[in-house]
Amino acid sequence: MRVPVIDRPRIATFLLFGLLALVPVYAGLFDQPFYLTLFARVMIFALAAVSLDLVLGFGGMVSFGHAAYLGVGAYAVGILAYHGVDSVLVRWSVAILASAAVALFIGSVSLRTSGMYFIMITLAFAQMLFYLAVSLKAYGGDDGLPIAQRGAIGPIDLNSSTQLYYLILVLLGLALALAHRIIGSRFGRALEGAKWNERRAVALGIAPYRYRLVAFVISGTICGLAGALLATLTSFVSPSYMAWTRSGEIIVMVVLGGMATLTGPIVGAIVLLVLEEILATITIHWMLILGPVLVLVVLFARRGLWGWIAGARHG
Amino acid sequence: MAEALLTVSGVIKRFGGIAASDGVDLSIARGECHAVIGPNGAGKTTLIAQVSGELRPDAGRIVFDGADVTHEPAPRRARSGLARSFQVTCLIPSFTAIENAALAIQARQGHSFRFWREARGDRSLNEPAMAALARVGLEGRANVPVGALAHGEQRALEIALALALEPRLLLLDEPMAGMGPSDAARMIALLDGLKGRVAMLLVEHDMDAVFRLADRISVLVYGKVIASGRPEDVRADAEVKRAYLGEAA
Repeated sequence: MRVPVIDRPRIATFLLFGLLALVPVYAGLFDQPFYLTLFARVMIFALAAVSLDLVLGFGGMVSFGHAAYLGVGAYAVGILAYHGVDSVLVRWSVAILASAAVALFIGSVSLRTSGMYFIMITLAFAQMLFYLAVSLKAYGGDDGLPIAQRGAIGPIDLNSSTQLYYLILVLLGLALALAHRIIGSRFGRALEGAKWNERRAVALGIAPYRYRLVAFVISGTICGLAGALLATLTSFVSPSYMAWTRSGEIIVMVVLGGMATLTGPIVGAIVLLVLEEILATITIHWMLILGPVLVLVVLFARRGLWGWIAGARHG
Repeated sequence: MAEALLTVSGVIKRFGGIAASDGVDLSIARGECHAVIGPNGAGKTTLIAQVSGELRPDAGRIVFDGADVTHEPAPRRARSGLARSFQVTCLIPSFTAIENAALAIQARQGHSFRFWREARGDRSLNEPAMAALARVGLEGRANVPVGALAHGEQRALEIALALALEPRLLLLDEPMAGMGPSDAARMIALLDGLKGRVAMLLVEHDMDAVFRLADRISVLVYGKVIASGRPEDVRADAEVKRAYLGEAA
């Protein structure tokens, strides 16, 4: 059964990216450079949320430690910058490789467990990395580490907020396209099959562990790239990037936007961070308002906000 | 029997104090349909789980096609030609019928570390998957999600998935479970059509089906095979009558 090329989820996704592409125009028109930074940050978390959706939504692995990869990617950039490595490509490549290696290690251990134990063990690993970063006095410890130069990639000057913004937008789009490709492939089917019915997958000859581990590494790698982008955007890294509340926020983005929808987590990141921004100007107890909103969405939108935007079946 | 396809010897499996398999010996020839009958709790499903690799025996050996598979993990056994169906329907609920079958096909074709090509439009998956559905009469229901299939259709899909693996031995755990008479008759005809081509280990409570399909029957009671032989011999066996058939009659 072929699905038509133009369908509702696809149109909604293109509209979403169109709106994101217009943010710099709006910010320039109304002289609000703040929006540029806000939405750059939103897209970075959207990237992290999409990466989490690969394992959480499609693999059924509730990783409660995805902030770890954000932190590893960010610290790779920060530490290299501290030691005078100016090349952005080198910084980001190392960030990607380092987060892949960390995800491979954490995944290979964590995936021997499941359910509640998996949640706890991923959290424990992330906490270990958090305290490791705190203990790194040479790299700022608790206070974090500033990064002197954002640097440049060829003609793209990352010190220009607009150019960095569009680079992040393109990377988010590429990651989303890649994730769609992976989910639609044989690999994606094996992963999803094992999520819905592990017993059946095993009986068909599919050993779930290796597929889950590879998905976990792909996810951690993309999240590591998000961390590198975050460090570049803020010109700063700190252990707080790895706080367990951060891991929780990424889960909230995925659930709010819609698990196993890929675009949904992007919507989730936008809604969560923008609401946070707006509500924080009204009251410091903004979580009192946001909390019930989350409860309502989880209760009444079974496939999250994206299920409501794009229709019942996912895209 | 010179060259059995499957030989189970001295298999013991205990759950706490209860021996679900208490020294089970069983052999199945190539192409043979071998039924295992016995009262509830006799250890039939446990036996299938050990042959398929879901459970490891505490003692004993399982030899499949000349290779000792006692300690092989279940996925590898499935790839080497041991396919099973489940007593309680075990399908991938969010997939359509053909997507379930295509997953079996891709598993048979080797590893699934293929990340790029779209599985949905892949003819090397869809054509054999459709053929597997056609073997059980589900070709007209290919794009129906599993949840929307009738119970009998889900049972048939179970068999289609096992057949899609092109197994040499089919492990059937109560394929007629919960079926009405017409669905059961269809299932018996389907299995009858497979006889001689695929060896079968059939666990079933429906005695009409067992006596119609089986070349040999083993009777399992409290984890032990108390009788084994041709259907007419087993039917005549006094001990079997007392332990099992007599109870039912």
